[in-house]
Amino acid sequence: MAEVVLAGVGKVYPDGTRAVTDLDLRIADGEFLVLVGPSGCGKTTALRMVAGLEDISEGEVRIGERVVNRVPARDRDVAMVFQSYALYPHLSVRDNIGFGLSLRKVPKSQIREKVEHAARLLGLTDHLDRKPRNLSGGQRQRVAMGRAIVREPQAFLMDEPLSNLDAKLRVQMRAEIARIQRDLGVTTVYVTHDQTEAMTLGDRVAVMKKGVLQQVAPPQELYDRPANLFVAGFIGSPAMNLLQGTLTGTEDDLRVRFTDQSLTLPREVLAARPALRSYLDRPVIAGIRPEDMEDAELADGPEGARLTCTADLVEAMGSDVLVHFAVNAEQVVTEDTRELARDMGTDVLDKAEAGPGGTPMVARFSPRTRIKVGDPVTAQVDTGRMHFFDPETGASIWDSAQPSPRKESE
Amino acid sequence: MTADTQAAPGVDRAAGAPRRSAASRLVNRLGGGAVQAALALIALVWLVPTIGLFVASLRSSTDSGSSGWWTVFTKPAQLTLDNYGNLLDNDSITRGFVNTVMISVPTTVLVVIVASLAAYAFAWIEFPGRDWLFLGVVALLVVPVQVGLIPLIQLFGEVNLFGTVPGIVLFHTAFGLPFAIFLLRNYFAGIPRDLLEAARMDGGTEWTIFRRVIFPLGGPAIASLAIFQFLWVWNDLLIALIFGDEDSYPLTVAIQQQTRQFGSNLDVISSGAFLSLLVPLVVFFAFQRYFVQGVLAGSVK
Ligand SMILES: Nc1ncnc2c1ncn2[C@@H]1O[C@H](COP(=O)(O)OP(=O)(O)OP(=O)(O)O)[C@@H](O)[C@H]1O
Ligand SMILES: [Mg+2]
Repeated sequence: MAEVVLAGVGKVYPDGTRAVTDLDLRIADGEFLVLVGPSGCGKTTALRMVAGLEDISEGEVRIGERVVNRVPARDRDVAMVFQSYALYPHLSVRDNIGFGLSLRKVPKSQIREKVEHAARLLGLTDHLDRKPRNLSGGQRQRVAMGRAIVREPQAFLMDEPLSNLDAKLRVQMRAEIARIQRDLGVTTVYVTHDQTEAMTLGDRVAVMKKGVLQQVAPPQELYDRPANLFVAGFIGSPAMNLLQGTLTGTEDDLRVRFTDQSLTLPREVLAARPALRSYLDRPVIAGIRPEDMEDAELADGPEGARLTCTADLVEAMGSDVLVHFAVNAEQVVTEDTRELARDMGTDVLDKAEAGPGGTPMVARFSPRTRIKVGDPVTAQVDTGRMHFFDPETGASIWDSAQPSPRKESE
Repeated sequence: MTADTQAAPGVDRAAGAPRRSAASRLVNRLGGGAVQAALALIALVWLVPTIGLFVASLRSSTDSGSSGWWTVFTKPAQLTLDNYGNLLDNDSITRGFVNTVMISVPTTVLVVIVASLAAYAFAWIEFPGRDWLFLGVVALLVVPVQVGLIPLIQLFGEVNLFGTVPGIVLFHTAFGLPFAIFLLRNYFAGIPRDLLEAARMDGGTEWTIFRRVIFPLGGPAIASLAIFQFLWVWNDLLIALIFGDEDSYPLTVAIQQQTRQFGSNLDVISSGAFLSLLVPLVVFFAFQRYFVQGVLAGSVK
């Protein structure tokens, strides 16, 4: 077990594609780091550079004390779990799990012991003598895990290991991976584009966009203090609502103005985000999470923290109700939101052009709400929890006027 | 007892549904049986010449000269093992048989080893000029054997390989390789990349990956290649005739020489031909299961 460090790592493929740019990450010994980001952002590439399956074009990768740039994969002493499981079809489960040990010339009796121990850990004892083709998807996944576990490597690398499982099994295996990693205490880098996996598994989560690291932080911090528009929009489901507004009023009576409504901000906003002062009378991007809004009929709150509009769509989820409506405000169109929309499979620009209806928003109301489609909605906004971003850079507005969120703060 | 017999009709009636299904199963089996019978018939027709050859090899040359092989069905007394006895005493034939084995087996082994190593490199190891080199191999596929005859006769003459078994082996190996490499490379290239990478992560060197992952997974392709290569060399006459001499002639040449010496001597030819047919059959049946085995099922989901 060891620390894994990426210092200024970059990757340019032979065909000229730049997949990763200046990636700095320090994964502590025993830490579970999750790498998330939209498809094609370079997660797999980054992981494969640590694994040694891809040349490192720039920077340095260290595992433990050792710089491994020039060390071949087989000597890096890390284990990888592939999305496809990559089990050897001609070998039994037992031999699949023990393959790495037998290549390392570990004595037979010891291999047997370790394989059986791993099998017990994974509930595979009854299947040891079967071939992979006779196993279910979940069992194959476990065999792939077992193959990594028995080697007792310096680090586990996992590339979307659960994406081939159905939803229920995925939840179960997710819990199991978390348990095994905690028990073994092996440094783990886990790639996924499922944010639930990212949030539940990671000690810390690293968000990437187009090969560039956006933020690394524990899951809750990522949610509470996103470094920029991209992270804000990527983490959280449904995604944070983003509105183009103007900061008006005075320091004692701060408001965000949208086209024809405004929200009063409590004092603590300025306390938490001193840099917001310099945005007075200037445009800002305001972010409101769906869960920070509530049906005004069910919630108390200041008069000035309400948005009124009409419900376009009401989705009852049981535990809560998602209410879609449009607010008369300019839609936020930046490079970040475009990237997010691409990831979601929608196109922001189309809607913006269609847009006298304003910016579409989603609110998560309590199931006690009686709002129906077409009803007028008054949403009580928890304005103290609103987010603010610089319209030019997309950076979160916190305490310094020139924040540099793109570097890891370690 | 009475209760039993009385109950019987009731039981029968209750068993009516299953019985009907049993009947339909019978029909099914008949249908299957008809297909099987047809297949057996076709196989038999296909086998007739072979059986004819086999029977002819068990008759004396005078019998063969005077009547067809099917007369044994009325006169089984004609059958004799003399031909095979004579065959074993015939130096030319026994030497031919040994030579055939000495040529076919090393050639097959060499081709399989060299081609599978080369195919692995062409499929999975990055090196400069790889694709051009492979194109070269593909281009060699269309070079006919005959083109190589004269230059190689001269070359073999200079290095004293002409007329020797190793010379014939080398010739066959060289001309067998392009197709063998082409076939195996395409098969190996279809093995999922993840498997090789997993083996690499597991600590495999190129050599161990080849030996423990590629080679076993390439089983079906390697088996087919081995069979075809073996049969091709086993049945070859042209190369052996040109590159061999008295001491290195294989069975095909030896049999051919028997005809020239004595005009028609069916006894030697039939038994010799049957002998030369037997080994390929055994080889085919020994490796046949690899043809149908889908080894890759279930590796990568
Ligand atoms: N072998 C390659 N040659 C050239 N470009 C490549 C190669 N592999 C990946 N890329 C490119 O590099 C970028 C990053 O790819 P990568 O596979 O790392 O993305 P990812 O984040 O893992 O995406 P996903 O979530 O879809 O798996 C993509 O634009 C991809 O097209
Ligand atoms: Mg990927």
